[in-house]
Amino acid sequence: MAAAGLGEAVRLVLARDLRLALRHWDQVIQPLIFFVIVTTLFPLAISPALEELRGIAPGVLWVAAMLSSLLALESLFRPDVEDGTMEQWVLSGQPLSVLLLAKTVTHWLLAGLPLVLMAPIVGTALGMPQSVWPVLAATLALGTGSLSVLGAIGAALTVSVRRGNVLLALLVLPLEMPVLIFGARAVDLAMQGEAVAGPLNLLAALLLLFVSLGPFAMSAAMRISVET
Amino acid sequence: MSSSSRSPLSDSQPNPRRSAASSEARPRVASRWLWFHKLGSPPYAYGLATKLRPWLMWSSLILMLIGAYGGLVLAPPDYQQKDAFRIIYVHVPAAIMSLQVYLAMAIAAAVGIIWRMKLAHAFAAACAPVGAWFTVAALATGSIYGKPMWGTWWEWDPRITSVLIQLFLYLGYMALRASFDDTQRADRASAVLAIVGVVNVPIVKYSVVWWNSLHQGPTISKLDTPSITLSMGWPLYTLVLAFMVYFAAVMCDRLRSEILKRERNASWLQENIARS
Repeated sequence: MAAAGLGEAVRLVLARDLRLALRHWDQVIQPLIFFVIVTTLFPLAISPALEELRGIAPGVLWVAAMLSSLLALESLFRPDVEDGTMEQWVLSGQPLSVLLLAKTVTHWLLAGLPLVLMAPIVGTALGMPQSVWPVLAATLALGTGSLSVLGAIGAALTVSVRRGNVLLALLVLPLEMPVLIFGARAVDLAMQGEAVAGPLNLLAALLLLFVSLGPFAMSAAMRISVET
Repeated sequence: MSSSSRSPLSDSQPNPRRSAASSEARPRVASRWLWFHKLGSPPYAYGLATKLRPWLMWSSLILMLIGAYGGLVLAPPDYQQKDAFRIIYVHVPAAIMSLQVYLAMAIAAAVGIIWRMKLAHAFAAACAPVGAWFTVAALATGSIYGKPMWGTWWEWDPRITSVLIQLFLYLGYMALRASFDDTQRADRASAVLAIVGVVNVPIVKYSVVWWNSLHQGPTISKLDTPSITLSMGWPLYTLVLAFMVYFAAVMCDRLRSEILKRERNASWLQENIARS
């Protein structure tokens, strides 16, 4: 693998992770089912009246998306660290940050993208008008990317900790709060018929910031976690 | 190859002279950074903290007494808030420290991870609980302040919310640190988190301000620092300084106990204890 170029290595990582995911597709859709279940809890807990649900729908969808993105993080790096693949990557001579970013991209493809596609349907069930669909999908597409990167940093930090999943949530959720604010607010603004370019631009800026700086934090964290 | 390269060194005279010259030159180059390297040495830092501690503790106590007297007795009651405003003399310094300590912690963590300076990690480890308590104090006093002023213990005001998120960052940092058995690993992993967190702090601040300004505009002005008159202001500035010196004094203690914990098997420490 060291002989191959970086592009080839990234392609191999992506292909391998996607193939592994397709073979365990029942595990892959679990976060998606979780997303639907969490959004179902709110009508049960608050009120079945659509007028009331409409007001909280953006927040509900975004919080559920954050939690289900978190759920998939636990298994992002752990199998590779446990079976020694990650050590091989550290030693491979390829930049670890790029390889980990490729893994993060697969996390987004498997845990972020399904949410983007699913959210409009769930949103409609919560009384969202169809006109909001594009904005909802756009905020989730930009926002879940940031969530994946921040989550991957947390996952790399906690991968060697036993029972690290609660810790992971503790570390990652405060860092993700700005994404939640901009994402939910943009959908809220769209539902009130106001301009949404501001929060969407900010979400895109956050995504660029996290994608450009995040991989370095990921690889630093992973090196600490892998070395024994 | 190795013998041929070694032979001119072993039999020629200039070699010792050259090494003497370089050892003469080296301290001059290093002297600019000597204080930095000295700080990295546990015995030196331990001694320094021991020496500084009483000075810092007493001066912070004196500053606090002056500030408290000025704030609670000399400063006139606010024309609108009456005596209730006096809680700012605790609230504002605590809130300032909650951010300052986080910055200090992140800088120490970065120094520790870049120059692999163990003592910087010890400093960062010692910072976290102190900073978390300053944050708790800021939230608690803010809540007590809010009850008579706004009629509510809690308000989702941008500053309050961002201080709360700050507390979450401290708690996450301490939780991560506590979950490793190996100190070195805990040091480096939590350092990465502290650096990631410090990048996020301004984003949190601005996002929360922006989030709030859409929903409840007028609340922002509630907490905006009003232009403060000198008679009310000087005790506040004195107390901010007092809190900073107090932080330094507490850090001397905490750093010493961190060093004791980390260097418990070191010979200098045993000699030190044997002497005293």
